[in-house]
Amino acid sequence: MPNNKNETTGLIGWIDERFPLSSFIKNHLTEYYAPKNFNFWYFFGALALFVFVMQILTGIFLTMHYKPDAALAFASVEYIMRDVSFGWLIRYLHSTGASLFFVVIYLHMFKGLMYGSYKKPRELLWLFGVLIFLLLMAEAFFGYLLPWGQMSYWGAQVIVNLFATIPFIGPDLAEWVRGDYLVSDATLNRFFAFHVIALPLALAGLIFGHLIALHEVGSNNPDGVEIKAVKDKKTGIPLDGIPFHPYYTVKDLIGLSVFLIVFASIVFFAPEMGGYFLEHNNFVPANPLVTPDHIAPVWYFTPFYSILRAVPPILNSQFPGVAAMGLSVMIFFLVPWLDKSPVRSIRYKGLLYKKWLTAFVLSFFVLGYLGTVPSNIWGQFNSLLPLLGGGDVATFVARIFTAIYFSFFIFMPYYSKKDKTKKVPNRVTMP
Amino acid sequence: MKKLILVICLLITSHLSLGAGDIQLLKAPVNLEDKKSLQRGARNFVNYCLNCHSASYMRYNQLQLIGLSEETIKKDLLFTSDKIGNPMSISMDEVDAKKWFGAPPPNLTVTARSRGADWIYSYLRSFYRDPSREMGWNNAVYKNSAMPHILWELQGEQILDQKTNKLSLKVPGKLSTKDYNQFVGDITNYMVFMAEPNQQKRKQIGYYVLAFLLLLLVLAINLKKEYWKDIK
Repeated sequence: MPNNKNETTGLIGWIDERFPLSSFIKNHLTEYYAPKNFNFWYFFGALALFVFVMQILTGIFLTMHYKPDAALAFASVEYIMRDVSFGWLIRYLHSTGASLFFVVIYLHMFKGLMYGSYKKPRELLWLFGVLIFLLLMAEAFFGYLLPWGQMSYWGAQVIVNLFATIPFIGPDLAEWVRGDYLVSDATLNRFFAFHVIALPLALAGLIFGHLIALHEVGSNNPDGVEIKAVKDKKTGIPLDGIPFHPYYTVKDLIGLSVFLIVFASIVFFAPEMGGYFLEHNNFVPANPLVTPDHIAPVWYFTPFYSILRAVPPILNSQFPGVAAMGLSVMIFFLVPWLDKSPVRSIRYKGLLYKKWLTAFVLSFFVLGYLGTVPSNIWGQFNSLLPLLGGGDVATFVARIFTAIYFSFFIFMPYYSKKDKTKKVPNRVTMP
Repeated sequence: MKKLILVICLLITSHLSLGAGDIQLLKAPVNLEDKKSLQRGARNFVNYCLNCHSASYMRYNQLQLIGLSEETIKKDLLFTSDKIGNPMSISMDEVDAKKWFGAPPPNLTVTARSRGADWIYSYLRSFYRDPSREMGWNNAVYKNSAMPHILWELQGEQILDQKTNKLSLKVPGKLSTKDYNQFVGDITNYMVFMAEPNQQKRKQIGYYVLAFLLLLLVLAINLKKEYWKDIK
């Protein structure tokens, strides 16, 4: 007679009497009911998890051969590229994985914005997500120093110096972060520690929390309909829900295959991605005495970097720009409380929200592009023009789009309330 | 410690400012399938570059990837070392080098990835006579480059027309212009190979991986269809 509630026998039964194995599989896979109307946008959560695992695995192998030492780091990366069996593959998987992690996360966040996945009761789920995004940025930043190329070095120098702009404590804080007066061996060592253990551990914990929160409240869907509201009277199963496994595991396999095709195309045929994934100047070893002409962060930081550059210094302090950059990321935390719309999904929101979201995405792309190029790229205004005369055109454009970026959030309480919404159906609609 | 790192960083690098130069870059004849060109390039590189420049992330035995046998490498190319598994380093002291040239000649192993093939090819073709420089040479692609024209006997002497900014050959060298262009083209080709010796293998494997993934996609689509038949 089985002694557990799943009535399993044999080895599984033995385990179930001591550990909730079958219950876990049921609760989170075979009897976790997800809305049946997921579309393309719902691939990216699972893909993000896949990339995370892959970064951990490739990272373990890179750590076996990499030397976190300012005198050896650059050469050890080239050693991995040449002398370690398939080291080039592991390294390209890791470097391409970093960029695609952000692609996937940005698309995942955009899905949330489109379908109102942050609205009650999913606020905490969203907060976990934003925190993951924040730590992911830190993880990428720390990792980027490790190859110890010119862009690694000067990128880190610029970012750490941002802390130095904080009033009163800034310079001491920056020195404390670096462990030296300039980015050096000490900095490389601590960034290595953060990159390979501290942040991955924190990320793993937060991702776990993100999933627990998701499974507690259930998945949102493109209609923003709460599927738990309409259940089968006998079984208590949502009528619009289907078991995650096997339905979404097999569906995600399609998403994964397409994603891997994109991924492999980059890894095997364009690992530098034209200098966007691996910057050309990063094939020059770090040199503290030679500042590159143009220091550009990797593409995934460029929208925020643009905001930093766009905000003019006040009273000779760069701090306002730094604060604006920080705010441009932190403001995502507030979205669940800024959106006053009675409906979740963009499908039932009015034209107003669609226009604002479009403007926001546009500003994200424009700022992203401008962050990759020098601010004099489009030349200067005619010096005779009032106010603008002599200023960089690109900086002016970046300021406009920075304003649009923040307006999307700041005015959200007003336009989301004012927006004419459509009536939300009781049940989800199938495509 | 800090000083030590500074010194080390200084030693393993050189002046880096990516001066774009005034001259439009020439298209480098890069073809990694051309083993003969790569072998000539390796020979030229070892003979002319690997005296001042090191390429120490590269090992001699990796030259087998361009079709050279272990014996040929040992006999014809192993000047700076005695073991085929050794890196392509040089014996010139970098502190001395800095004293002599003003900047230590940079390690060239991955220069093709930082500067690009076209830059290297154009650079090697754009030396001209400039008596105002200490070495008597200047470069149209990289103004006031510290490097003298090592290949001048082969190319001859070019002069730069300050008005049109065009180079012209004043004193011919041992090689015709066509042969010289091929000579530096081979070096460039070799440097592209050296910057990533596994790149041909990478692309070959890539086709198999993509073929497999396409198959996986077809299977995944059919599997999904089968499972989702009953979902309305």
